[in-house]
Amino acid sequence: MTAQVLEIDDALAQYDPVMGLEVHVELNTKSKMFCGCPTEFGAPPNTQTCPVCLGLPGALPVVNAKAVESAIRIGLALNCEIAEWCRFARKNYFYPDMPKNFQTSQYDEPIAFNGWTEVVVDGETYRIEIERAHMEEDTGKATHVGGSTGRIHGATHSLVDYNRAGIPLIEIVTKTIEVPGDKAAAVARAYVAMLRDLLLALGVSDVRMDQGSLRADVNVSLKPSGSTVLGTRTETKNVNSFRSVERAVTYEITRQSAVLASGGKILQETRHWHEDTGITTSGREKSDADDYRYFPEPDLVPVAPSREWVDELRATLPELPSARRGRLQEDWGFTDLEMRDVINGNALEQIVATVELGVPASAAKKWWLGELARSANESGVELDALAVGPAEVAEVQKLVDEGTLNDKLARQVFEGLLAGEGTPAEIIEKRGLALVSDDSALLEAIDRAIAANPDVVEKVNSGKPAAAGALIGAVMKDMRGQADAAKVRQLLNQKLGI
Amino acid sequence: MSDLTRKTAAELAELMTSKQASSVEITQAHLDRIAAVDGAVHAFLHVDTEGALAQAKAVDDKRAAGEQLAPLAGVPLALKDVLTQEGVPTTAGSKILEGWKPPYDSTVVKRLKAAGIVILGKTNMDEFAMGSSTENSAYGTTHNPWDLTRIPGGSGGGSSAAISAYEAPLAIGTDTGGSIRQPGAFTGTVGVKPTYGGTSRYGLIALASSLDTPGPCARTTLDAALLHEAIAGWDPMDSTSINQDVPPVVAAARNGDVAGLRIGVVKELGGEGYQPGVEARFHEAVELLTKLGAEVVEVSCPHFQYALPAYYLILPSEASSNLAKFDAMRYGLRVGDDGENSAEKVTALTREAGFGAEVKRRIILGTHALSSGYYDAYYGQAQKVRTLIARDFANAYEQVDVLVSPATPTTAFAIGDRIDDPIAMYKNDLCTIPSNLAGNAAASFPCGLADEDGLPVGFHVMAPVMRDDLLYQVGGALEAALADQWGGVLMTKAPELEVTR
Repeated sequence: MTAQVLEIDDALAQYDPVMGLEVHVELNTKSKMFCGCPTEFGAPPNTQTCPVCLGLPGALPVVNAKAVESAIRIGLALNCEIAEWCRFARKNYFYPDMPKNFQTSQYDEPIAFNGWTEVVVDGETYRIEIERAHMEEDTGKATHVGGSTGRIHGATHSLVDYNRAGIPLIEIVTKTIEVPGDKAAAVARAYVAMLRDLLLALGVSDVRMDQGSLRADVNVSLKPSGSTVLGTRTETKNVNSFRSVERAVTYEITRQSAVLASGGKILQETRHWHEDTGITTSGREKSDADDYRYFPEPDLVPVAPSREWVDELRATLPELPSARRGRLQEDWGFTDLEMRDVINGNALEQIVATVELGVPASAAKKWWLGELARSANESGVELDALAVGPAEVAEVQKLVDEGTLNDKLARQVFEGLLAGEGTPAEIIEKRGLALVSDDSALLEAIDRAIAANPDVVEKVNSGKPAAAGALIGAVMKDMRGQADAAKVRQLLNQKLGI
Repeated sequence: MSDLTRKTAAELAELMTSKQASSVEITQAHLDRIAAVDGAVHAFLHVDTEGALAQAKAVDDKRAAGEQLAPLAGVPLALKDVLTQEGVPTTAGSKILEGWKPPYDSTVVKRLKAAGIVILGKTNMDEFAMGSSTENSAYGTTHNPWDLTRIPGGSGGGSSAAISAYEAPLAIGTDTGGSIRQPGAFTGTVGVKPTYGGTSRYGLIALASSLDTPGPCARTTLDAALLHEAIAGWDPMDSTSINQDVPPVVAAARNGDVAGLRIGVVKELGGEGYQPGVEARFHEAVELLTKLGAEVVEVSCPHFQYALPAYYLILPSEASSNLAKFDAMRYGLRVGDDGENSAEKVTALTREAGFGAEVKRRIILGTHALSSGYYDAYYGQAQKVRTLIARDFANAYEQVDVLVSPATPTTAFAIGDRIDDPIAMYKNDLCTIPSNLAGNAAASFPCGLADEDGLPVGFHVMAPVMRDDLLYQVGGALEAALADQWGGVLMTKAPELEVTR
């Protein structure tokens, strides 16, 4: 099963990759693309269907205006031109989970076309040209039962759930992407991640890759280094995580280069992505002769968004992720590197929310990228799934600012919060964590430190005040960290007369 | 009481309003008539005796309770088997849908029910409305009540035969290339194809989506107009439905004044290939309208000569796609599901058994016309012709208010005569097809009997989009003038059917 592959460096020494990405996005409209059925994820099979999305004889589609609006907003956010007049088309092919046996899609008249966007990888900006963004409907979902693999081969029967049939999809198609070979996989990943953020900012999709609401088809071809002639491409279907996008590109580069280097030919085919093994395997051979017999959908009138409406939508676009990041970085005074850590740590939204609660950006970053990121990592969840949210971070930081906690104690409070031990106040009480601000208790500890370290006192007295640090350490240890270090220094200095 | 089945819908409505007859009585009279004559006519595929009587009873109860009812409340109707009716078998004349009971009402049926119109049952038709004779039904041929050895026209032969056999005063047809008007002409009844988008297609099992139009069939112009008004109007469930008020068709039918109306005779629809008796009756009707004060001129529509080939590319193209859903998986027939055959094989076996020859012919034609490399030469060209035909109409309507022609080149032909010659069959729709391609309104009204065979001739009127009222204005005038000549509507000249019990 496993194909011969070259090492990626060897592959890139001989070949330049050319990529194309087709991303399918399920919109989060309340109803389906062509009927009024609800679109809630996870409902019992076939409970969200009607004659229209079941394709029953006689049923007719009607376009969901909200889906058109979402499509236009996506197009505008990707700097596309918006069609003044466009149509749906029928894409005729047989698929068991497609009720009408044609898909209502857009063909030569997409709603949005000729756009561009940018992604940043390792501080370099790459421009991605967008060919088109078009509207279509999702298919149902088939489950193959009775076999060991869950695939159709070996199955005794198949079950079809049409709840997903007719959910609005936007397909965003790039033009060919040519970037330095060693950046290709990372650019592909960054592009899909950027789209996710963009779609979230637009509020048009839940973009849950684990639920299939964002799925990428990854096209890769190779050409000999320096050549301008495009090679034969493969299309790896339904890749559904950022990491997998990156891995799938790398895998196809190494696989195709091995085939080409040994004198073989690349077949134009679709390929399956295997998450567990990180490889692709051959799917359906796809030739250019694939004949979908497209023709304008006669059941629907053309879509002709007025220029006023498009302008209105353009004017009400939210601040887009790249612009927002630039602004936030400036507001927060972060370096490029710090900002990249925030992005890569997936902590941007948490930090924004925390800063909005009055916490300085540097402190918010410290907690989210430190203590909390570590905990999330250990338990393998996203930051937003932790028991600690922006409100808790702000509360703890307030206690630090007030002098009730220092950073070390604060970390212990977070530990308690993450373990579900109660509110910060309860944890401080239970664990006895508050800073001791009682001067007499501190003075007693200072006296004990002085008594226990006559040699240090000697050094200080002989004109080496820096040696006092050891005494502070001893006091802090005595106080089990629950002392304000500045306060201890002040009292010690008084005592020692320095 | 005189025979209730001989009354027009308007007369029946009046009898009910004046409490001289109940809907149950009227419905039962028609059910009895169906039982008596349908063995010979075969207009019905399914008679919903219980359902019809229940609907009739409900209307009678409402009337007794003093409720305000719609004009046709309680009047029975025959429904072409291509429109879904919840819980009632709907086959579109095809074996592939045998036994299917739709879980929903088409919009037309919803409106009929809302108007209190009683649905007697489903009428026979060419399979998936493909054909001009009702010989292509998977359930046997319908016979023309004027001459049982003749076809009643198609595809809505069952609907037109039902009203001309007095089995129902009203019927619903659908017109894709003439399927209401041509059988209307052949059975001496009124058949109206409303403006495309003027009546909803929701729940109409699609033949060619861009052409299909549901419409009324009746024995008089007024009855057709009353039914038209009951079913027409904007439907948010049909994207191609026109969001405008229904034209004043009932008022136009009652008015029937053509003085000053400009009528254009289409030069291209006549002459060679037209039966002399058809042409004679047509020209007499035109003269009659002239005498009534209409201004008649000859008008040229040069691109009508390409309508037939364009139609026979567009229709199969759309049909090939529309019929793809009949895959044996979720409804209707399933053949070969014995655990040995793959899903693809079951689909293939089911289609082989479930689709008739004409359907297969058009699926193959349409699939070819849409396939890559042929699209531009066939489908693309046909769409261009369509635009030219629409332009011909637009130019003509600048000079005249309505256009007229014979509805069909010949009268009803004999059963079996053209079944093996698809082209000869297709040519029967020569006059009716241009209106479907352009989407405008058109109708056929009875204008006499041909000398050669004594069979009915249809007078074809075409009007601009959403000017359906003009059809009824002309139809009403013609009907009134001819009734004076004949002493009644043309249908009164039909021979009595032999009643079997």
